[in-house]
Amino acid sequence: MSTTLIEKELESVTIRFAGDSGDGMQLTGDQFTDTSALMGNDIATLPDFPAEIRAPQGTLPGVSSFQIQFSHTEIFTPGDAPDVLVVMNPAALRVNLRDLVKGGLVVVNSDSFHEDNLKKAGWKSNPLEDNTLRDYAVLKVPFSSLTKNALEGSKLKLSEVDRCKNFFALGLTFWMYGRSLDHTIRWIGEKFAKKPEFVEANVMALKAGYNYGDITETLPSRYIIKKAEILPGTYRKISGNEATALGIIAVTHLTGKDVLYGTYPITPASDILHELSKRKNFRVKTFQAEDEIAACGAALGASFGGQIGITATSGPGVCLKSEMINLAVMAELPLVILDIQRGGPSTGLPTKTEQADLLQAMFGRNGDSPVAIVAASTPSDSFHFVIEAVRIAVEYMTPVFFLSDGYIANSSEPWRLPKIADLKPIHISHPKTSEGPFLPFVRDEQTLARPWAIPGTPGLEHRIGGIEKADKTGGVSYDPDNHHRMTELRREKIRRIADSLPPVEVLGEKNGKILVLGWGGTYGAIHAAVTQLQKEGKKVSACHLNYLNPFQKNLGEVLKSFETILIPEINMGNLLFLIRAEFSAVGGSASGGEGVHAVGYNRVTGQPFKIKEIRQKIESLL
Amino acid sequence: MSVVPSASPTASPFHYTKDDFVSGQDVRWCPGCGDYAILSVMQKTLADTTKTARENHVFISGIGCSSRFPYYMNTYGFHTIHGRAPAIATGLKCARPDLTVWVVTGDGDGLSIGGNHLIHCLRRNVDLNILLVNNKIYGLTKGQYSPTSEKGKVTKSTPYGSIDYPINPLCIAIAAEATFIARTVDSDPRHMGQTLAKAAAHKGVSFVEIYQNCIIFNKDTFQDVTGREHREDRALYLEHGKPLIFGKEKNKGIRSDGFKTEIVDLSEDEEHKDLLIHNENDPSPNYAYLLTQMEYPEMPVPFGVFRSIEKPTYDEMMEEQVKAVIEKKGLGRLEEILYTEDIWKVGELVPSGGGGKK
Repeated sequence: MSTTLIEKELESVTIRFAGDSGDGMQLTGDQFTDTSALMGNDIATLPDFPAEIRAPQGTLPGVSSFQIQFSHTEIFTPGDAPDVLVVMNPAALRVNLRDLVKGGLVVVNSDSFHEDNLKKAGWKSNPLEDNTLRDYAVLKVPFSSLTKNALEGSKLKLSEVDRCKNFFALGLTFWMYGRSLDHTIRWIGEKFAKKPEFVEANVMALKAGYNYGDITETLPSRYIIKKAEILPGTYRKISGNEATALGIIAVTHLTGKDVLYGTYPITPASDILHELSKRKNFRVKTFQAEDEIAACGAALGASFGGQIGITATSGPGVCLKSEMINLAVMAELPLVILDIQRGGPSTGLPTKTEQADLLQAMFGRNGDSPVAIVAASTPSDSFHFVIEAVRIAVEYMTPVFFLSDGYIANSSEPWRLPKIADLKPIHISHPKTSEGPFLPFVRDEQTLARPWAIPGTPGLEHRIGGIEKADKTGGVSYDPDNHHRMTELRREKIRRIADSLPPVEVLGEKNGKILVLGWGGTYGAIHAAVTQLQKEGKKVSACHLNYLNPFQKNLGEVLKSFETILIPEINMGNLLFLIRAEFSAVGGSASGGEGVHAVGYNRVTGQPFKIKEIRQKIESLL
Repeated sequence: MSVVPSASPTASPFHYTKDDFVSGQDVRWCPGCGDYAILSVMQKTLADTTKTARENHVFISGIGCSSRFPYYMNTYGFHTIHGRAPAIATGLKCARPDLTVWVVTGDGDGLSIGGNHLIHCLRRNVDLNILLVNNKIYGLTKGQYSPTSEKGKVTKSTPYGSIDYPINPLCIAIAAEATFIARTVDSDPRHMGQTLAKAAAHKGVSFVEIYQNCIIFNKDTFQDVTGREHREDRALYLEHGKPLIFGKEKNKGIRSDGFKTEIVDLSEDEEHKDLLIHNENDPSPNYAYLLTQMEYPEMPVPFGVFRSIEKPTYDEMMEEQVKAVIEKKGLGRLEEILYTEDIWKVGELVPSGGGGKK
């Protein structure tokens, strides 16, 4: 028994669960995450699943994985490499082994390492028996047969019994890290409320896995990761898509208006629709349209009617919506477009992350067509920035892009919940009367926004549309000078949004040799890399952008205080292009010029940056 | 022509005149364009019959000659982009069910570039009034064939004749099971006015095909059917509850074996016992479909209301679903959805690690 059990304390652990798409790895990872969050650890997760619904069982394309880092100290990424790899079959081992740290622990479902599976995964000999795993600690556990034994006498069919083995694996990892089973037991009870035999079987498998850890002598120690030292407050676990949905719900609260959420299912944005469609009592109407165009059109129609129109998609859908977005630019109506970016071009990598739609959001329309762009940088700040997108849209009567990405959307972290009273209301006013004929294109002097007069208001009947408008009256106009003036006004209006933005902040010294400038989902890796280097005494600072158009007013000043601006992006240089365009690539302070010297670090692998990749790049420039 | 509608919409409670619906913007269609008649009839019909205050009318259009319509109506209006008016109108109606929303589209806008939206808006039964102004040609782009042009049509883009089989707008509408389907013609203001008034009175999606004469690029394309000299023999005016009879002498009728229609000479069958009796409320779409298949020259072309049935509307059901969930769960409070049961607290005693999460 466990009389010789040693408990060791660790700062943080990164664990990856990997198996066949049908093995329930996402669910297992989610449960491990929930429990770790509830036990007070800091967490960051990285789900990674194939685009195929279910590739043939046991094959390499069918491998699905879920990585979580949980920690006593504050963390910003799901970890560069797993310390522990739990694999359910030979294919999962083959796909994931290269990522495991040397000396790390691999826990394998030894039952699945039979000839047929080994062949499917392309192993020439059994890696559990040859030298493949010589650099790692290996724990072979016959998950399948132990689960079968534990569930002897269960009413479940044999194939159903086998599907409980992920809970056995979860139970074992819960034991290894001293996790409580309570949350998962409660979750199983709710999930299978209508099938008590499944509740019983899954709980039994979970407990059997836990007890196996307790009694097996192959596990001499268990590890304790104490509660994280993070800011006091009330926390919950949140993914980017959940936070985005909650932000949209908050919009109804902050504006006092209904939201019409028009969308067409697309990975990785669909979960926002799933979440919102459950929340009809929060005054969010969801509309699953016939296509991306109609989804955007419906949102714009709602906005014309005086409600909050939001549409969501991923890059391929933005292509389709672009004409409608341009109509919103021309008609000067509020519209929020959520683009949960994925690998492109075309269908690209539907389930993998990328941040290559920035220039599409910026320029992907005909004519001079400026729009505002904001981006989330962590799962939890999606909440704040989707609210910001709505604020800008209604204050400036303009379409606003909200950019997230597959990584932010699906990964989770603890979120220090805002106090409801601290959320700023968004004031919207619609004109009620007009002295003389109503002029729909007379602008607010400060914001240049036109009045948002809505149908149903007597006396303000007016017509708008996609044809160029006459200044002030809004009548159809082909006058050459009017077109020039209106084009300038539309541009100036977007520029003036900068008046309403907070200044950018710098992490570290305010001037020096290198500033790492990031945007969107690269926040965690950049922040961690720069913090580590700063602790080592290296002269490097960081700055992260959530406002991509317009830039915050002090950005130029910040950038010009550094010799080199390093811009790591999961694209081939979207922000780099904008920075060079805005702040002149010619010269740079290093050569005595006025401009900014910016260089890119660009990797598009469908995965978020690792901390070490950013570190190495910075170090190469120091 | 002397057609009395079976259910004539009653007079408007407002004391509008036609001028109340005239925006004052210069109308810029070609002289002699059928759109003038449609605009004028619309303004007059609303003044006479609308139950909705002017400020609650919204006209939404796409791109094309007829899509300039909203600019000329003194109501709220949105001239949008090619083919997408039904989508924008759907969003508007869902957000604002209190409004009366009109969609003005054409054969190119509605059936070519925007065919998808039209079908889905019809099958959802969104409470919109859709006018499809069909002139069987692309006018705004100056004379290419359209999806309703007859096969073999010689145009700028088809100098050797088009090889497309044409689409039948009402057939599309019936396939999508639209709840109100009608056809009228620009040269018959009285019939058009009655048809528009009925479309407006219908709860649910109303789809009206209006034969329109493009005087520049497709002059007289409907003349063979709607021309004064022979329309009584080539057009069939539908009246609810009455047998399908046409002809100058009222001497021809329509009967059907359930699969197709045929003409009966009434001078030989004076009892009319097997003639089709027009039932616009037939819940099955089959009968209305048979009517859509009646095309010149084999058959007379039907005008009037093909179908008018009641079905819950999309916007109404969306509204009801929201209400039902609020009734069941109570109006959602932000507090309760942020602060769920899965929260945990981190106390003041724990030293801050350096700023916490971003």
